[in-house]
Amino acid sequence: MPAPSSPVDARPTALQLFGIFARIGLTSFGGGLSGWLLREFVRDRAWITEEEFLNGLSLAQALPGVNVTNMAIWIGHRLLGFRGAAAGLAGIVVPPAIFIVGLSAVFTALQRFPATHWTLDGAAAAAIGLSLSMGITTALRVKRRWRPLAIMAATFVAIGPLHLPLVAVVAVAGLGSIALEYVRLRRA
Amino acid sequence: MARPVLGLLGVFAPLSLVTVGGGQTVIAAIQRQVVDQHHWMTAPQFLNAFAISRMAPGPGSLLATLIGWQVAGAWGALAATLGIFGPTVVLVYGVAVLWSRHEGALWQRALEGGLRPVAAGMILASVYVLLGSLDGGWPAQAIALASTALLMATRVNPLLLLLAGAGLFLALHAGG
Repeated sequence: MPAPSSPVDARPTALQLFGIFARIGLTSFGGGLSGWLLREFVRDRAWITEEEFLNGLSLAQALPGVNVTNMAIWIGHRLLGFRGAAAGLAGIVVPPAIFIVGLSAVFTALQRFPATHWTLDGAAAAAIGLSLSMGITTALRVKRRWRPLAIMAATFVAIGPLHLPLVAVVAVAGLGSIALEYVRLRRA
Repeated sequence: MARPVLGLLGVFAPLSLVTVGGGQTVIAAIQRQVVDQHHWMTAPQFLNAFAISRMAPGPGSLLATLIGWQVAGAWGALAATLGIFGPTVVLVYGVAVLWSRHEGALWQRALEGGLRPVAAGMILASVYVLLGSLDGGWPAQAIALASTALLMATRVNPLLLLLAGAGLFLALHAGG
């Protein structure tokens, strides 16, 4: 249910944050959790701006750690400081952690039915849409100059079609890109 | 079972800091340590746990929780979870605090502007890999593209979309 343009200074409580992250953690079958976060926090509730969200997402991608856990800490901290970061992190990790342990028991029983696999494959296919729409949103906000666009394309080709090691690609492309941007901002 | 609990923490904590992206990067390293080195699980047991972690909702790194649970029960699950998330959580929290303190600094704008094209490339590359590994051929890829278009153009609830994808796929298989 989208809230009609709530004021930007409306802040959630820690319990609310925990609840939202828990719900996203428990319903995000097939990945694409960042796409969910964008909808919940930027599009539907307007608690943070798209610019703030994408800055956090860029850091969450480049820093070690799981993107969505990093995002939970980032968003939680921006909204409510330490309490928010703790609530967000607990929400995204603890309920799904309990769930996966239970699922491992259930799964053993359901594995022999092919319908189980079809259902999960279909859900996973639809879930890719969340990742792709997130990728398109981020790509649209990359500055329209040849250097950032070339870095984006090179990162994609290196990790995707070429299968180069992710950590090395992120280190090289990240540091190079930051250095170029730093020099450009200094000159401006 | 005191040793495996600490051992689990010792295996997952260093791997935490080399995880980048969705947590899929360290799976080969986890398998090597858990199966080949420590013999906590057999290879088929590991594959089974991996499959479950792909189907379960939530962060992909919860594979560590599941391994911890199967190796050493509740304490094992706790130790493995703390190990795989703990070090990076501290790091990311530190960065978030620094960020708020130096809002608008030159180095910060350079990091933001510099990292964004890299992040966009990473996300698109992971979609590329996911699309390639999708079971179900062109109908699955068509569902993925249709779901992208719907998400970008409308305010449809993503959960409804996943249910529709699952239902459609089930109908396709059952009907043909």
